[in-house]
Amino acid sequence: MSTESTPALLKGAAGVDAVRNDGPAPAGPSARGPRARSTTAYLRYAAGKLAGAAVSLFAVLVTSFFLFRLIPGDPVKQMTGGRQVSTEQIAAMRKEFGLDLPLWQQFTEYCGKALTGDFGTSYQFRAPVMDKITEALPATLLLTGTAFVIYTAIGIWLGARSAWRNGSAGDRFHTAFALTLYSVPSFWLGLLLIITLSVGIGPIPGLFPTGGMESGSESGFAYVLDVAHHLVLPVLTLVAVEYARTLLVMRSSLLDEMGSDYLTTARAKGLRDDLVRRRHAVPNAMLPTVTLLFVNLGNTVAGAILVETVFSWPGLGGLFYQALSVPDLPLVQALFFIFAAAVILMNTLADVIYPLLDPRVGR
Amino acid sequence: MTTTTDAAPPVSPRALTWTRRRHAVARFWRQYRGHRAGLAGLAVLALIALTALAAPLLVGAGSLSVTAAPGGPLEAPSAEFPLGTDQFGRSLLALLVWGTRVSLTVGLLAAFLSVAIGTLVGITAGHFKGWYGNIIMRITDWFLVMPTLVLAIALATVLSRSLWTTVLAIGVTTWPTTARLVRAQTLSVESRPYIERSKALGGGHGHIMSRHVLPNVMPLVLAQTTLVISTAILTEATLAFLGLGDPTIVSWGGLLQDAREAGAVSSGNWWYLAPPGLAIAVVALAFTLCGRTIETVLNPKLGVSR
Repeated sequence: MSTESTPALLKGAAGVDAVRNDGPAPAGPSARGPRARSTTAYLRYAAGKLAGAAVSLFAVLVTSFFLFRLIPGDPVKQMTGGRQVSTEQIAAMRKEFGLDLPLWQQFTEYCGKALTGDFGTSYQFRAPVMDKITEALPATLLLTGTAFVIYTAIGIWLGARSAWRNGSAGDRFHTAFALTLYSVPSFWLGLLLIITLSVGIGPIPGLFPTGGMESGSESGFAYVLDVAHHLVLPVLTLVAVEYARTLLVMRSSLLDEMGSDYLTTARAKGLRDDLVRRRHAVPNAMLPTVTLLFVNLGNTVAGAILVETVFSWPGLGGLFYQALSVPDLPLVQALFFIFAAAVILMNTLADVIYPLLDPRVGR
Repeated sequence: MTTTTDAAPPVSPRALTWTRRRHAVARFWRQYRGHRAGLAGLAVLALIALTALAAPLLVGAGSLSVTAAPGGPLEAPSAEFPLGTDQFGRSLLALLVWGTRVSLTVGLLAAFLSVAIGTLVGITAGHFKGWYGNIIMRITDWFLVMPTLVLAIALATVLSRSLWTTVLAIGVTTWPTTARLVRAQTLSVESRPYIERSKALGGGHGHIMSRHVLPNVMPLVLAQTTLVISTAILTEATLAFLGLGDPTIVSWGGLLQDAREAGAVSSGNWWYLAPPGLAIAVVALAFTLCGRTIETVLNPKLGVSR
C-alpha cells in the first residue's frame, strides 16, 4: 500500500537499529563458557521483546475500545435507522449490546472477553464478530499471501541485479520504474486495471472479472481456476505498489556489501561473477531485508483495505470499510485490533529471529 | 563574503555563523544540481506550485458550481472540455487544476505537523536521556508499529469531516519515523566535545537544544519533510477516496471517489478516472525524487539514486 510509503522504508532500517541498540549487554564473567552465556543472553533478550509486544498489544486493545467511542451519535439510533421504535425497544437493544452499563464496566468486560477471543456481537450482522472475521480471514490471507510472495521475489531479484550493475541503464530504469509505481495510489491503479482489463476499452474485451472472489457456480478444480482468475488483478495491483520498498532496501543493502574484502577474495578464487553475487554477496545483503519482509507482511494485511474495497474482495479490509460506514463498533474495534496486532507480532518476530540469522548482532 | 570578513576584523560570531551557513547551502546546491532526478522533481514541483497559486486565475469561480455548470453531465473529452465533464457538467480540467490547491495544502500542512512533532519528540528524547527519554521512546515505538493507514482512517472517522481533520489524522500518525531519526542524530551530536564546552560555559537545556542540536538536525529534517509530504498527499487522496474527506472541497482523491460513484468504472469512462490519479502520482513522485536526492547529497553513503 503506497500511502504508507517512505517512512515505512525507513521502518525496516529502524527495526534493524533497534535490534542492534537494544541487544543484550554482554553478560558478565561466567563459568559456563561462551555458548551457554550467549544462549541465556539471547533468551533474556527474546523475553524482553515478547514482554514489550504484550504491553503494545494491551495498549492497542485499550485504544481500540476508547478511540471509536468518540464517534458522534448513538449506535442504537444508527441501528434502528430512523424507524419508529418505542423506548422499551431501545432499552432492550441497549441491554442486548451491553450499552446500558457504565463505560468502565463496558471496558473491563470488553478486555476480559477479548482475551478469550470474544469481541462481542456485530451491530449490522447480528452475528458474533469473531465468526465474521474467521469467515473473511481466508480471503485476506490468500490475497495478501500471494501478493507478498510475488513482490518479495521480484523485489529481491531486481534489487540485487540493480545494485550489482549499479549506475547501469538497467539499474536506473528499474529504480525509476519502481519509484513511479510506488507513488501511484493503489486504489486508482486498481480502478484503471478494472476499466482496461475487466470492462474493456474499445477493441480490448474484458479479460478478467470486475470483482469478488468466485463466480459461485464452479466446484472442484474449476473452482480453483475460477478463484485464481479473480485473484489476478487484485494481486497485480498490490504487487505493483508494494515491490518498490523491497527492491530499494535490497539494493541499498547490497550496495553496502559491495567492495567488501570477502567479495574480492571470492573473485580471486576465480568464481564466476554471478556465483560471487548469488553465493556470497546476496546472502549477506539479505539480512536487513529480512526485517523489512516481516514489517511488510504485517502492513500488507492493513494495506489491502483499499484493494479489497475496490475489487469487492470478501476479506478483512472490505469488512473494515463496511463496518466503518455504519459504524459497527464491535466489528471496527476487533478489526482495528487485528490489523495492529498483525504488525506488532510480525515486528516482534523479526526482532526475535534477527539475532539467530546474524551472529554479529545481539550475541 | 571574504571581503567583509577581511575589512572588519572584529566580526561578530553571528555573522561568521551565517557566512558558514551560506557557504554550506551553496555547496549543497552545487551537489544537488548534479542529480538529474532531483532537478526533474524540483522542476515539476515548481510547475505544480505555480498552477496551485494561479488556479483562481485559470479557473473561473463559476465553473466549480454544481448548479450552474457549463456542460452536460459526463461528456467525453472535447475542444471545450479537454478532459470531459463530471456528473454535474463541470469541466474536469478546471476541477483538476483546482484540486492542486487542496492536495498541496494538505500535503504541506500535514507533513509540517508530522515533522514538527517528530523533531520536538526526537530532540527532547535524545537530550533528556533518563526516564523521560525512555518513556517517550516507548510511546514512539508503539506509534511506529500502529498501521498508519488504519489509524488515520479511524481518526478521520471519529472526528468531523474537514480539511483540518485530514491534516491532523495524517500529522499525528506519521511522526514516529522522524522522531527516531532525529533522536539518533541528536545523540550523535550531543556526544561531541563542543556540547560539553557549551555546558561548561553555562549553556542551559534550551540553549543546547535550540542553538546546537537543532541546526545540526535541520538538514535531516528537510529531507524527511520532503519524503513525508509525498506520503501525506497519498494518504489525503486515500481518505478522500474512502469518503472521509470534506465533501464540500474539490480534491484529487475526492474526484476519484466522485468518478467511482458516477459509475465511471463500469461504463469505461477512463478519461474521468485517469487524470486525478496521474496528478497524485506525479506530485508524490516529484517529492520523493527531491527527498531522495537531498538524502543522497547529505549522506552519500546511503547509495540511493546514484
